[in-house]
Amino acid sequence: MKDREPLFSSKNLKLLTNPLNDDNPITVQVLGICSALAITAKLEPAIVMTFSVVVVLSVSNVVISLLRNYIPPRIRIIVQLTVVASMVILVDQFLKAFAYDVSKQLSVFVGLIITNCIIMGRLEAFAMTNKPWPSFLDGIGNAAGYGVILVIVGFFRELLGSGELFGWPIMEKLGIYNIGYEDNGLMILPPMALMVVGVIIWVQRAKNRELIEDK
Amino acid sequence: MENLINIFVKSIFIDNMVFAYFLGMCSYLAVSKTVKTSVGLGIAVVFVLGITVPIDYLIHNFLLKKGALVWLGERFVDVDLSFLSFIMFIAVIASMVQLVEMVIEKFSPALYYSLGIFLPLIAVNCAILGGSLFMQQREYHNIAEATSFGLGSGIGFFLAIVGIAAIREKIRYSNVPPPLRGLGITFIITGLMGIAFMSFMGFKL
Repeated sequence: MKDREPLFSSKNLKLLTNPLNDDNPITVQVLGICSALAITAKLEPAIVMTFSVVVVLSVSNVVISLLRNYIPPRIRIIVQLTVVASMVILVDQFLKAFAYDVSKQLSVFVGLIITNCIIMGRLEAFAMTNKPWPSFLDGIGNAAGYGVILVIVGFFRELLGSGELFGWPIMEKLGIYNIGYEDNGLMILPPMALMVVGVIIWVQRAKNRELIEDK
Repeated sequence: MENLINIFVKSIFIDNMVFAYFLGMCSYLAVSKTVKTSVGLGIAVVFVLGITVPIDYLIHNFLLKKGALVWLGERFVDVDLSFLSFIMFIAVIASMVQLVEMVIEKFSPALYYSLGIFLPLIAVNCAILGGSLFMQQREYHNIAEATSFGLGSGIGFFLAIVGIAAIREKIRYSNVPPPLRGLGITFIITGLMGIAFMSFMGFKL
């Protein structure tokens, strides 16, 4: 019998921390862009979205990992979608019951977690071939890496676009308007989300040269 | 008829899937390296959206909506199954994609191999599920409206992906700062295209 690996061995910790930077789902793996851009005009929905994705991704990773030896490969996509869709229905009903305003703001994007490529990508690439516990960590790690980008983009767009954080008028309280500063309305509009992510990618790749793509 | 054209044009330009809602970004970024493959993916998306949106419209209106089951008898007037809509829609989409995949494999093997993994992934293309969910949210009045919305959104996606692919083919010859190469510059160009598409916003149809 092989010795059991400790729960937080360095290999498992890597699963948790790698997606936060060098293997980030959004800026490096290019997964889950759609929802990342659409709901980041304000910080609050971005954070709610992050938590929803953490729940859906970690739980469905575990479920698929438990089932991985019983799923016939030909129909695995349907099985994965069913598991994910059931989780998303739970999250959606939960949000409607306890955070109705935010769930209205997120509108169709809660449902679109089903087709969030991060979830399918991780199920396919990791949970289908790994044990439940590493899959769980991988789920949390990737969802957190996704959340980090969401929160950064949401922070800049809300701060520069409407001068608020979580709806609290920070720019006004600091008295910045008095010295002639004005909100940049462009930041709230959809295209600026793309620009902000583009700049984040620029900064990240400038710091870590290994990530630079060949022509 | 006027109403249908109205919805059609609106869903292509004003409510463009890619630029206004960022749906389908994953395949949009991944398949847009050459114009040829992006045309193939675009056509597949138009086709799948044009089929799934009307089917999901029927499912929504005759099975899931509150009071939709009234054709079964008076007892079902209060039944509201709309919480099942995600799972029903995704099932329809997954089976339609399977169908399209078989058709393309039969009639155009070259296209089939160049699309590769992205054909089955249309099933998880957010634009497709997004089309059905927007259809549900906007409450179109009849199936013709839903169909023209589906086709219009598909064509909007087609325009967007072919446009970015053409730009990316050209940008290969220019000197982009290394950290921005590939993904970064594509994001920024998409943002610029989005700003261009915003000029359609003022149109009242």
